[in-house]
Amino acid sequence: MHEMSIAQSLVDILKEEMVKHDARVLKSVRLHIGQLSAIVPEALSFCFQVITEGTEMEGAQLHMEIIPLKGICKSCHNDFEIEDYAFECPHCKGTDIETVAGQDLAIVEMEVD
Amino acid sequence: MKISVVKNILEANDRIAQENRAIFDQKGLTVFNLMSSPGAGKTSLLEKTIDALKDQVKLGVIEGDIQSSQDAERIAQKGIPVVQINTGGACHLDGNMIRDTFKEFNFDDLDLLVVENVGNLVCPAEFKVGEDFKAMILSVTEGEDKPTKYPLMFHESKVLIINKIDLLPYLDVSLETIKKEALKVNPHLTIFEVSCKTGQGLDAWYDWLKEQVKTGRPA
Repeated sequence: MHEMSIAQSLVDILKEEMVKHDARVLKSVRLHIGQLSAIVPEALSFCFQVITEGTEMEGAQLHMEIIPLKGICKSCHNDFEIEDYAFECPHCKGTDIETVAGQDLAIVEMEVD
Repeated sequence: MKISVVKNILEANDRIAQENRAIFDQKGLTVFNLMSSPGAGKTSLLEKTIDALKDQVKLGVIEGDIQSSQDAERIAQKGIPVVQINTGGACHLDGNMIRDTFKEFNFDDLDLLVVENVGNLVCPAEFKVGEDFKAMILSVTEGEDKPTKYPLMFHESKVLIINKIDLLPYLDVSLETIKKEALKVNPHLTIFEVSCKTGQGLDAWYDWLKEQVKTGRPA
């Protein structure tokens, strides 16, 4: 359960951004969670709630969007959705795949007052 | 007010890992991050590897465990430098914990540093520590479905060591299926089939590992 470490890193970044924008209250945060990242959204939500209790971030909503795995085949240059974690091109069966989405763990937007 | 941010949540750790890596590179040190479930054979593989290579490669080990120094004691008996990290509950090592051990080592005296991560098939894969590559062990008793159930670790690893193959006659597990499933998640995996108990297959692992050690130190 590494969601606690992730939640702590998330809070550190949010704090920094709030200071930068002179914000007093955090209302919500939008996250992109890659399908390949080993994050359990419910666990992350829970950890975030625990860490932010009694702070200016208490009660903020975490909106998490799961980003599907996508790859580009380096042989035939087609892009495709990687299903069942099979890193093989459905067009040419090539295995030299560049992952272009679905591995991220990112903050994309925050709403503050 | 909405603020667009777009920041990698793990950027603080990634940055420390990068700094660690720069120090390793400067010292001409090869570093790998060894990961697996608890009990798959990380420390056993290390003991065997140390015995086989210690006259040719100068090794050091960082042992990561939630509690206890049993693993570090096993490694210390081999007469090589070892530092134990107790995470006190955390399920993985991160860049910062690794950096804290640097003062305990003399990197000028080492060729290869092995980071034995906390036994866990999930979390360690998400945190870089500054390694050149990740290696993982899967023991055959864990079953054929692990690559699909824990894809990140298989995807992130450069090498997969399948351990305890001496137990195959007693299990309803196919080595071919394990390999097929692992290669589906990561077609570039280098795979070794070994038994740390009998020594079977270990020579190929030793030879491969020796090739990974950086030759020559930067001036």
